[in-house]
Amino acid sequence: MQRFEERPLLEVENLTKQYGPGCDECGQPGRPGLIKNYCPSCGTVYACSDVSLDVFPGEILGIVGESGSGKSTLMQCLYFDQEVTAGTLTISDPELAGENLFGVSSQRKRYIRNHKYGMVYQNPVKGLRMDFSAISNIAEKQIAAGGRHVGNMQSAGERLLDVVSIPLFRMKEEPRNFSGGMQQRVQIAKALSNDPPILFLDEVTTGLDLSVQAAVIDLIKQIQRDLGISMIVVSHDLAVIRMLADRTLVMLNGRVIESGLTDQILEDPHHAYTQQLVYSLL
Amino acid sequence: MVMLEVKDFGKRFTSHHQNTTRKAVEGISFSLEQGGFIGIVGKSGSGKSTILKSIYRTYLPDEGEIWFDSERFGRLDLLKAEERQIIWLRKHEIGYVSQFLNVMPRTTARELVEQALLGMGETPGAAKIGAERSLRHFDLDERLWDTFPNTFSGGEKLRLNIAIATVKKPRLLLLDEPTASLDHQSKLKVREVIKKLKADGTTLVGIFHDLEFMEGLCDGVYDMNEKALRGMPEVQR
Ligand SMILES: Nc1ncnc2c1ncn2[C@@H]1O[C@H](COP(=O)(O)OP(=O)(O)OP(=O)(O)O)[C@@H](O)[C@H]1O
Ligand SMILES: Nc1ncnc2c1ncn2[C@@H]1O[C@H](COP(=O)(O)OP(=O)(O)O)[C@@H](O)[C@H]1O
Ligand SMILES: [Mg+2]
Ligand SMILES: [Mg+2]
Ligand SMILES: [Zn+2]
Repeated sequence: MQRFEERPLLEVENLTKQYGPGCDECGQPGRPGLIKNYCPSCGTVYACSDVSLDVFPGEILGIVGESGSGKSTLMQCLYFDQEVTAGTLTISDPELAGENLFGVSSQRKRYIRNHKYGMVYQNPVKGLRMDFSAISNIAEKQIAAGGRHVGNMQSAGERLLDVVSIPLFRMKEEPRNFSGGMQQRVQIAKALSNDPPILFLDEVTTGLDLSVQAAVIDLIKQIQRDLGISMIVVSHDLAVIRMLADRTLVMLNGRVIESGLTDQILEDPHHAYTQQLVYSLL
Repeated sequence: MVMLEVKDFGKRFTSHHQNTTRKAVEGISFSLEQGGFIGIVGKSGSGKSTILKSIYRTYLPDEGEIWFDSERFGRLDLLKAEERQIIWLRKHEIGYVSQFLNVMPRTTARELVEQALLGMGETPGAAKIGAERSLRHFDLDERLWDTFPNTFSGGEKLRLNIAIATVKKPRLLLLDEPTASLDHQSKLKVREVIKKLKADGTTLVGIFHDLEFMEGLCDGVYDMNEKALRGMPEVQR
């Protein structure tokens, strides 16, 4: 058989994020005594335990799991909002190759964020300055990515707002005046403003009306098709994952309990929790 | 040349909730030459769909081997192939069609076929031409091209489904009762469509419930009851 020479763009190995000191009990391999993600002896929360994943060029990887399973923590660790407790991150980019990016200086992490990453947070308050105009929110990221020419940045920003269907006559308005769906779309425009090869999307459609959800999903598909950006899409909603992701990971209590082709996860789930998740949807 | 070889294939489903394990199929072996067409016959629940879904890897099989002659990867066991390889094969070499149209909503018929071509790396110009050719080839009314398929009739949906699955010229096409909900007239049309595919050299495995439909189409049948491949049976009239 011929080898498949395709290589992942982003690779994570054994990412662990704990809140708390840990103790002899929960420090053991496999962390036997935990109640869900919590050690009753010392009170430590293991938000993510030994999470490994890879994302290939142009691929959308889905992550599903119940509330508290560690999805947002994982995204925030990848985006360097949080320090990991352990684990490695590599990105196969000539500028970054061969290094564990969790271990690099904060200056270099900022560089990666500004030039390689886009992020759409579950909560728009985290991703947007609500008292800046929509277009200034975008400009802020453009400047961080090295943009200098005001005219070019302005026209690129307008183009992005157009892509996400924010009418240009509202671009000077502050996002706090916008509906939830519009705020998410401004976040997406902002996330795209540095032409990132990697985009993280945390529950972008949660809490939106069905028709607005549909528009955001179409937008994400369109971005993948037209720009070929690799994405990690987090959602507790299997219907969203079904429409977007080629491959999916299922998380429970901070661990990846099952992974596979998205249609396989949905039609032939193996883990007890995944079966419960899938059959409750049907 | 052998295109597909199924060896001692078996699949179980375990339900944690019911605390049961059920054998859906076991001991399935057959092989298929390039350009051949076999039908799978057997009663409801005998595991016909399970075989096709396992070849396509919608089901994760647990016994046996399914060897496929891939243009890209050479001979490979689909049960052991990496997920990314399967994604590649689905885009380029293996098609799956059932009676259900499972596509992105709010996307027109034309866009759906174009996207299949874009997914293979065709240019937008080539995708446009290829999509139109395919929609015409499978006789989908031109007025429907730029509308959403959720309003299509069963036969129209199916022909679109086939257009999407075949526009990439797959080496292997899996057909899971595509005609199940069609009237006689639409079935005849689909039969013509499948004939065209066979004439083009596509290798096919199909499930149909009437033998009449398969007559003159299939080279042989795999009988789930006897667990054996045999020639097309005589149709009783
Ligand atoms: N700063 C923190 N201090 C202590 N525990 C935390 C902290 N942040 C998160 N956690 C815990 O980590 C676990 C994972 O939280 P996380 O926000 O990643 O879940 P999630 O999967 O995104 O859930 P949701 O679907 O509700 O958004 C939870 O048990 C949470 O209480
Ligand atoms: N996804 C599934 N989960 C659990 N059991 C399944 C699944 N798919 C099929 N089965 C079981 O496997 C057996 C074979 O089903 P199937 O392959 O659909 O038969 P056929 O297509 O011949 O009617 C049946 O007992 C069916 O209930
Ligand atoms: Mg979250
Ligand atoms: Mg069936
Ligand atoms: Zn502890």
